[in-house]
Amino acid sequence: MWQALRSELHPQGLEVVTVGMDTAGPEACRRFIEAANPEHPSLIDANHLVAAKFGIINIPNSVWIDEDGMIVRPAEAAPAPPSIDVARTNPFEGMDEFPDRANAIMAEAVHIEASPEAYEAALRDWVTNGADSSYALSPDEVIARSQPRDGNTSKGQAHFALATHLEQQGKHEAAIGHFRQAHELVPDNFAYRRQAWSLEPGGEGPFARFWQGPMEGNEEAWPYASEWVADVQAMGPANYYPKFQP
Amino acid sequence: MITDSLTVERNAFETATGWELKPEGACKGEVCIPLGPDATAHSTDTGTGTGTVSPTVNIEELAEQLGLALVADTDHGLWALGPETLGGRALATAVAPELTLPDLSGSDFSLSSLRGKKVLMVAWSPY
Repeated sequence: MWQALRSELHPQGLEVVTVGMDTAGPEACRRFIEAANPEHPSLIDANHLVAAKFGIINIPNSVWIDEDGMIVRPAEAAPAPPSIDVARTNPFEGMDEFPDRANAIMAEAVHIEASPEAYEAALRDWVTNGADSSYALSPDEVIARSQPRDGNTSKGQAHFALATHLEQQGKHEAAIGHFRQAHELVPDNFAYRRQAWSLEPGGEGPFARFWQGPMEGNEEAWPYASEWVADVQAMGPANYYPKFQP
Repeated sequence: MITDSLTVERNAFETATGWELKPEGACKGEVCIPLGPDATAHSTDTGTGTGTVSPTVNIEELAEQLGLALVADTDHGLWALGPETLGGRALATAVAPELTLPDLSGSDFSLSSLRGKKVLMVAWSPY
């Protein structure tokens, strides 16, 4: 999807940069990137640096930057490319046995709402009209629309950084403690939760990392207070991605 | 930023946090925070003429003066610095921070190399 937009708008001066955030590193991102076969830079961010620097709290999210290096739209929900988001593609397809959890995930995922049409129309408008586009925000608006951040957000981010560092050193149990702290301190941050959940064993095969919750019959082994299905039910799947705000 | 020491190289601090340490204080975009004498008191002056000594800073002082969270993991001998909370927003300035990351082949790419083009940056995850 990003490659298609890139092909369309690159002649008018737009470049796309995708950033795959995963503590598990490049190999975890590889099959998605190779399937998309992008002409644009496609980067790997094992430490979620892009999230820390730009204030991203869920994925996929986008940031628009103008020719002078000024942010004109801060982090906001971007339409989910079909190859990545479970809402558009069923990672459980082709399995002999369809586990209950897969049904539960898909039952919520089909109600997740994205608005690619409004988003893409806004993007085309900006690429054509630049600073005159009503979608290009002033520096003050950009700052005001960026995520709220307080002492807990900062502390939570420090814990998340420790968690990813320890995870990469193979100290998974130690990482869990810091992931938990990050989740408690920054409850709005869905990216912190999804990253931690994805590192727990769940199911088998290509969908293992979409499991994002306890295994049936072994619920007590799940180390987190949260899991994907319960959290999405609580927030309402229609609210999973905030609507595009002109 | 993650460190195993409270004294870190000044360049490492600047790259990781985006705060540039200048004579007038710590600066990011058009925002500058004056620093008290303690924050950079541990700096080793580069003007020694040797050109081999990297200046260092004390991140405990800087964390306090810039309002960055500093979290210790004593079991592993590590510290982590969180971001600033100036103005209560994730962005202290609309100037895009520098971001340098590798691609699948391991080659580094910097966002700043795209100046002169409009950039749509998309963060995603494979889970």
